[in-house]
Amino acid sequence: MTLSNTPFNPLDRPAINPLFLFRWEEQEQAYLLLYPEGIIKLNDSAGNILNLCDGERTMESIIAELKVLFGADDIDGDIYNFMEVARGKGWIKAED
Amino acid sequence: MAKAGSKLKIDGNGKPLWLVLELTYRCPLKCPWCNNPLDFDELKNELTTEEWKKVLRDARAIGSLQLGFSGGEPMLRPDLEELVDEGNRLGYYTNLITSGMGLSKDRLSELKRCGLKQIQLSLQHSNREKNDIMVGVQSHDEKMAVIEEIKAQGFPVVLNVPLSRYNIEAVDDIIDMAARTGVEYIEFANIQYYNWALLNRAALLPTREQIEYAEARVNEARKRLGNKPTIYFVVPDYFDGRPKACMNGWGAIHLTIAPDGSALPCQEAQVMEGVDFPNVRDNDLGWIWRESPAFEMYRGDAWMKKPCVDCDEKEKDFGGCRCQAYLLTGDATNTDPACSKSRHFDIIQSAVAAARITSGPQMPLVMRSRGAINGKMRLIRP
Repeated sequence: MTLSNTPFNPLDRPAINPLFLFRWEEQEQAYLLLYPEGIIKLNDSAGNILNLCDGERTMESIIAELKVLFGADDIDGDIYNFMEVARGKGWIKAED
Repeated sequence: MAKAGSKLKIDGNGKPLWLVLELTYRCPLKCPWCNNPLDFDELKNELTTEEWKKVLRDARAIGSLQLGFSGGEPMLRPDLEELVDEGNRLGYYTNLITSGMGLSKDRLSELKRCGLKQIQLSLQHSNREKNDIMVGVQSHDEKMAVIEEIKAQGFPVVLNVPLSRYNIEAVDDIIDMAARTGVEYIEFANIQYYNWALLNRAALLPTREQIEYAEARVNEARKRLGNKPTIYFVVPDYFDGRPKACMNGWGAIHLTIAPDGSALPCQEAQVMEGVDFPNVRDNDLGWIWRESPAFEMYRGDAWMKKPCVDCDEKEKDFGGCRCQAYLLTGDATNTDPACSKSRHFDIIQSAVAAARITSGPQMPLVMRSRGAINGKMRLIRP
């Protein structure tokens, strides 16, 4: 188990915090995070990243898939940063 | 690159994002601050399982996302699990708001299996005897056992503590108990004064000094304990001269369905006499939400008078609470008297001042119970 304050590493398998419900909402045409006190409507890139945080995929494979999806190559740093922000907000946790 | 996320606009783009189902007004407890109607016992015709399921489908179709099962005590409905299952299947975030009475181990695991996400459990006091006196029923030990079981089944524990003068000095003990038992969240909710709570206001309303004491203890505990548990303290509108942004505005994001199928812009709305609240048995929910006269009545700001209409805070608090304006001033289009700009502000100020006089222990309370209230007297007054 990774300590929550150590940075993500390539073999971590980020997963949505079970307190949150993450899903596509047709009426909003967006991914949502639902949690006890509210609703967060995610923008396209945030939604697409979290959609791959299934506790199965490693950071490595998530980044590889996102490079194809976003059609961009130099995104590793951005994805790692996003994951730290998302963990800080309690949306995801790391499993290894 | 990705920003972390953006909150859905507070107006919900015209959708009833929050749906609360009051499955029943029946309840084993007799809390004298209950927000159910005074004449709750006259309501006999609760919606059936199939009718509730139709409400769930119809509300999803018009954009509801957050779902609260409330009451009364929702555990008294044997079909609760079936309704949670349907709510979860439809994509809601499912919350259960309960006293914990009747929340057995078996029902809890079935609720978990059906996809329930969160449980808000009410607690009145850390002391068994005081807790049980406050709600009129032995319940403290059962609630403590339920906390353990909720944890054992992997739910976060969210304690909801309605604050009145009878438990405000127990804030420390409640926080300590919560920290000791691993409760994740406590919400200290200063009682809102409608229905039974308004009836008993003189006995329940804390003094300003008590509120300040409680808030200071909460702040001290936050420093000491961090977020174990996370503590929310809801500032009561009686004490700070600013009205609450009630429901984010009438008919803006919130939809409550009462046990008999009445559709309400908030759980207290039935206090308004003469408003014809539409019923899901008779009307299409989309029409109810978008077009019915009851939901249009105080939507937006066209209904506002002075001082609200010229106020630079009207986008922030929407003039406060329509029900409170109605109950305390007799006219729902008045500014909420909790606002210092209201010409009825003295009604709130005098209640707060009176709390210093009535705050002795000798005030009796009317417990929520069948036949305790005569609501018909007003009909025969000369």
